[in-house]
Amino acid sequence: MEWMYLVPALPFLGALLLILFSGKTGKAGVIAIGCGSIGIAALITIIAGWQFLQSDIPAYDQHLWEWLRVGDFSIGMNLRLDALSLAFTFVITFVGCLIHIYSTGYMADDPDFARFFACMNLFVGSMLMLVLADNLLLMYLGWEGVGLCSYLLIGFWYKDPENGAAARKAFIVTRVGDTAMAIALFLLVQHTGSLQLSVVLERVQTLWNTGDPTVVWIAFLLLGGAVGKSAQLPLQTWLPDAMAGPTPVSALIHAATMVTAGVYLIARTNIIFSLAPAAQAAVAITGAVTLLLAGCSAWVQTDIKRVLAYSTISQIGYMFLALGVGAWSAAVFHFVTHAFFKALLFLGAGAVIHALHHEQDMFKMGGLRKSLPGVFLVFLIGSLSLAAIPFISSGWYSKDQIIWLAGVTERGSSWYAWAAVLGAFITAAYTTRMMLLVFFGREQTHVHHKPGPEMMIPLYILAICSTLAGFLELPHTLGHFAWLSEFLAPVLPAPAVLHADVAAEWGLQAITAGLAALAIYLSWRLINAPFPKEAGAFLRSGWGFDAAYDVLFVQPFVRVARLNRKDIVDKIYTGLAAITRTFHRMMSSTQSGILRWYVLGVVMGAVLILSVIIWRHSL
Amino acid sequence: MISPTTAGLILAGILFTLGLISMLIRRNIIFMLVSVEIMLNAAGLAFIVAASKWGQPEGQVMFMFILAMAAAEVSVGLALILQLYHQLKTLDSDEASRMRG
Repeated sequence: MEWMYLVPALPFLGALLLILFSGKTGKAGVIAIGCGSIGIAALITIIAGWQFLQSDIPAYDQHLWEWLRVGDFSIGMNLRLDALSLAFTFVITFVGCLIHIYSTGYMADDPDFARFFACMNLFVGSMLMLVLADNLLLMYLGWEGVGLCSYLLIGFWYKDPENGAAARKAFIVTRVGDTAMAIALFLLVQHTGSLQLSVVLERVQTLWNTGDPTVVWIAFLLLGGAVGKSAQLPLQTWLPDAMAGPTPVSALIHAATMVTAGVYLIARTNIIFSLAPAAQAAVAITGAVTLLLAGCSAWVQTDIKRVLAYSTISQIGYMFLALGVGAWSAAVFHFVTHAFFKALLFLGAGAVIHALHHEQDMFKMGGLRKSLPGVFLVFLIGSLSLAAIPFISSGWYSKDQIIWLAGVTERGSSWYAWAAVLGAFITAAYTTRMMLLVFFGREQTHVHHKPGPEMMIPLYILAICSTLAGFLELPHTLGHFAWLSEFLAPVLPAPAVLHADVAAEWGLQAITAGLAALAIYLSWRLINAPFPKEAGAFLRSGWGFDAAYDVLFVQPFVRVARLNRKDIVDKIYTGLAAITRTFHRMMSSTQSGILRWYVLGVVMGAVLILSVIIWRHSL
Repeated sequence: MISPTTAGLILAGILFTLGLISMLIRRNIIFMLVSVEIMLNAAGLAFIVAASKWGQPEGQVMFMFILAMAAAEVSVGLALILQLYHQLKTLDSDEASRMRG
């Protein structure tokens, strides 16, 4: 565990080496540095995790050095490994490592191979900083680092202006949330006088009673930050556009890790949210509404990556719903399974896109189960998890837990549970539609080249993980095994279940499973049915949020900017330049080139000087 | 009755003014050089007059300097005029205005 500092340090070092020696290491060198740094970090995490499980300590702190000191107020470079950060660190390094290995195949022909791995390493390093940080400032550092890397990687193919626009959109939209989070941090420092997470969370409990306006404000502002980073309503618009980046980026940033930073933030500050019931209800409502809206949008997309993008928003909606009802560990459980199966789906989609020569339109795919049997198999496993097919998929175990707890916890409500059940129905529908369009039916585009082992092996590993990860927790109906919840118990309190009833749980599970089966059947039957055109376009554009924001924020801003096009402040400087230019013109016109004028000038000057001298003398 | 000093200074002033005016109105560059010589000598005369008025030798020393400087100036000036004539085929100073701003 004393090597823990290497976990974030190695990816940062890898990024530094790749930036400094870019183009000089050769491809093998880039792969060795890029994958090696993450791979060793993953190994250290596993060893540290093992030691952590063996020991009985609730958290392991590591003080590296003092970062800032102002009077008595000191901020240290401190890392903290506890159950929650261990779960996140494990997923980030392990899934990150697999995605890096996959990228060596996917990005093999890209001229900017080294830049890609430098950004990916930097991203993993920032994310690890975020989850391992012991104080809020360090966490904010990782938070912003993640935002920066997201910008760099979405705009990776910067020669297309659309990609640049998508990158800027992601950066600016998340910035709105980041500002809210920064204000929340300022408030916390002001009231608790510390930035250290453990101290802050301890003082918060003594400082405020449940429902105190200050703590509610802080919780709402933290929620704002989480909503921005996790692409939840109303700041979800950046994520579908973020699919402009290379597919491994989508898998790493927009499915498995970065977008769950918001989930991590809320889970980490769960004490603050417990003290602010209004904010916590807002978390649940945000999650419930987002999962339904995004699910409907995913249903009508034509681009395979956009289906997965909306499905990510929807699945994170489930996590927010779980956080909102106080089922903290259920959210983390869904985070773990989602990281596996969504990375699997994105990488599988990447393999399909790669094989079809960067074709992303699902209506131009079809019949790929024969030409790409390996990809079909793993994609099917991922889809089963996404659609939450009972017993055999990890997604079912985590989603079922959320659906059940959404209804029965103290802060839950049957509305939440029904929203989640409806969401499960929509999820199964769009997942089936995607499977049918891509892998069944008539082949429309010929497969160019099959993915190599460096792409397939990570897919197989992820497929195994996204099946087995579900057995970390079993519901009451299947013997109630709760290893992950017990592991997380020191950090995340257990949900306050009001009326646990095994029969009701059976009923809910049956309804969910029945609806999923119905969704699959209906999708199968109605795959070619016409869809109302206007409604389809409206849903495809993500419920018109982009258009609304354009009218509400972008256009007024552009108009104001246009008013002040000739910046008033600039007037001073342009004025100075104009005066200088006038003088220059006046002076240069005296340079006539006629000698006699110069003589006259000298004479006049001499007369002037002499008269001044005489005049002063005579006074 | 004006004193010899005053008369000498008035003569120097008239000579200087004549040289200056011819410098300003002449376009022929050789005449301009001659005008400069006249002005130099006017200044030299003023030095001599002043030296004799105060009985000091420095005025005559200054005139020696002016003579030596005038000789050098004439040689350089004539060389420049030769080059100018070579380039422009004229002695008109107004023609040599190629460096106007």
